[in-house]
Amino acid sequence: MTEEEVQKITDVVCPFCGCLCDDVEIDVANNKVVTTYNACTIGTTKFFSVNETEHRFTKPMLRKNGKFVPISWDEAIERAAKILLNAERPLLYGFSSTSNEAIGEGFKLAEEVGGVLDQTASVCHGPSVLAIQDVGRSAATLGEIRSRANVIVYWGSNPSAAHPRHMSRYSMFVRGFFREKGAKERTLIVVDPRNTDAAKLADIHIKVEQGKDYELVSAMRAALRGIEIPEMVAGIPKKDILEVLEIMKKAYFGVVFFGMGLTQTFGRHRNIDNAINLIRELNSYTKWIISPMRGHYNVTGAGTVWTWQTGYPMSIDFARGYPRYNPGEYCANDILVNGEADAALIIASDPGAHFPAKSIRHLAKIPVIAIEPHITPTTELAELILPPAIVGVETEGTAYRMDHVPIRLRKVVDAPDECLPDEVILERLTQKVRELKK
Amino acid sequence: MSSSIQVNLITGRTVQQGRALEGSKHSDEYTRAAGIIELDPEDMRKLKIYTGTVVKVTTAHGSVNVRAILSPNAPHPGLAFIPMGPWGNAVINTDIYSVGMPSFKGVEATVEPIPEGKVLSALELMHELQK
Ligand code: SF4
Repeated sequence: MTEEEVQKITDVVCPFCGCLCDDVEIDVANNKVVTTYNACTIGTTKFFSVNETEHRFTKPMLRKNGKFVPISWDEAIERAAKILLNAERPLLYGFSSTSNEAIGEGFKLAEEVGGVLDQTASVCHGPSVLAIQDVGRSAATLGEIRSRANVIVYWGSNPSAAHPRHMSRYSMFVRGFFREKGAKERTLIVVDPRNTDAAKLADIHIKVEQGKDYELVSAMRAALRGIEIPEMVAGIPKKDILEVLEIMKKAYFGVVFFGMGLTQTFGRHRNIDNAINLIRELNSYTKWIISPMRGHYNVTGAGTVWTWQTGYPMSIDFARGYPRYNPGEYCANDILVNGEADAALIIASDPGAHFPAKSIRHLAKIPVIAIEPHITPTTELAELILPPAIVGVETEGTAYRMDHVPIRLRKVVDAPDECLPDEVILERLTQKVRELKK
Repeated sequence: MSSSIQVNLITGRTVQQGRALEGSKHSDEYTRAAGIIELDPEDMRKLKIYTGTVVKVTTAHGSVNVRAILSPNAPHPGLAFIPMGPWGNAVINTDIYSVGMPSFKGVEATVEPIPEGKVLSALELMHELQK
């Protein structure tokens, strides 16, 4: 390979996590990714995953006698449309690792087939969405946090594992406009039951007892109002709680980033509700904001786009022809565990790997259409594969960063063989469904 | 007779599991990344096992074989961690408490060594659930 053949593409956006790092550079040769610059190890793996062809679906596939055989796009679209149309209660799930454009198309298809539309937030920050709908929240962009924040709290969130560049790009280990000395001017507090890598870096590690976050937040709220609190709450001595509160009250600009440690444990949306109220009360002392650490790169987009279109961010039921919203009844796991769904279209997500066994047992019984580039646990259960071009690497699209800033994703290489963008696949499906309904 | 211990089980993200998410879920890399349980050294001692021993994790919701490893995030005696993925999801609580969210963290579990046991791959776990 000669030097000339290598082409450097700059300002690439990493389509993996909600950080949407937009400073990535990629060397491409012969339509293959050869080097990545600036991306973290997880983002780099994603860019390289497009090169793998052996475990990549490059043609539409139909399962015949247990084995996948290639079929034409026309046949695949017709089969998929029929599966969705013939179902009483089709589930359309995923959407958080694709473009806003595709997410918008997903709504049209769900409406057309009278299905249940849900996205991965329902097993991630769904409870945060519920709490924010209840009590609101004070927010800021990551840029503002980087410029101003001097007390940074990660609560039930391990950025070193899930958002590897978050601390070095947006919060702790970065210089900001008003934080010229970077980390020297900032205090890092980590609330986590384990001594995670983020906790090891923290100035203060509050090693809360697992599942006792609600108690700890309540104690902090009480102490803030001058109410006497017990000597020990959630495994944390009173003295430490008061000390942290003092730091929080004296902050110039503080931020709480929270994760699954709050949403996936007992209490769920109540934990978030309580934490938001703590932040609200801290705002009578100084500026504080609270922000969910969104996982999939465009899970924020899924909620935002559907909210424009239907009024609701997730778990939307179109069975009556108009959108209804009731998490706890129309979430993907509800309608799977209760055995309601009789067909499923899965896009840009992997419930096979990330749903509890009981949900998967039901998924295994119903026809599954997977819009998925690679072999995954979900495709093991699928009868039809519609191979997509990977957004942000093989096709363009827009996504929302975790702080709701929209960013245009770039195309770096061409998609292999017959792969089509998610948006196009969903559009063709909707057209076919309309045609068949006539 | 081998001993067993009771733990509070949580699941969550790790860098290795994140790396295996895109294009590697069919591979051994994924099993090595997520078909494991991180235990506190004290709990390992109680079980009289070393890193790499296969253990069976059982909860009210199911059971699964994974490899025990010494937790890099210790000390957290009594708390065990399985990276997010089909192994952890075989044993977590499906109760969704009317908000659509299963309990991915905070499930009572029993851990017992089965040195001869086999850890299934992600795809094999799916085949089990199809039965
Ligand atoms: S931190 Fe997230 S967005 Fe940034 S490079 Fe890593 S995976 Fe990609």
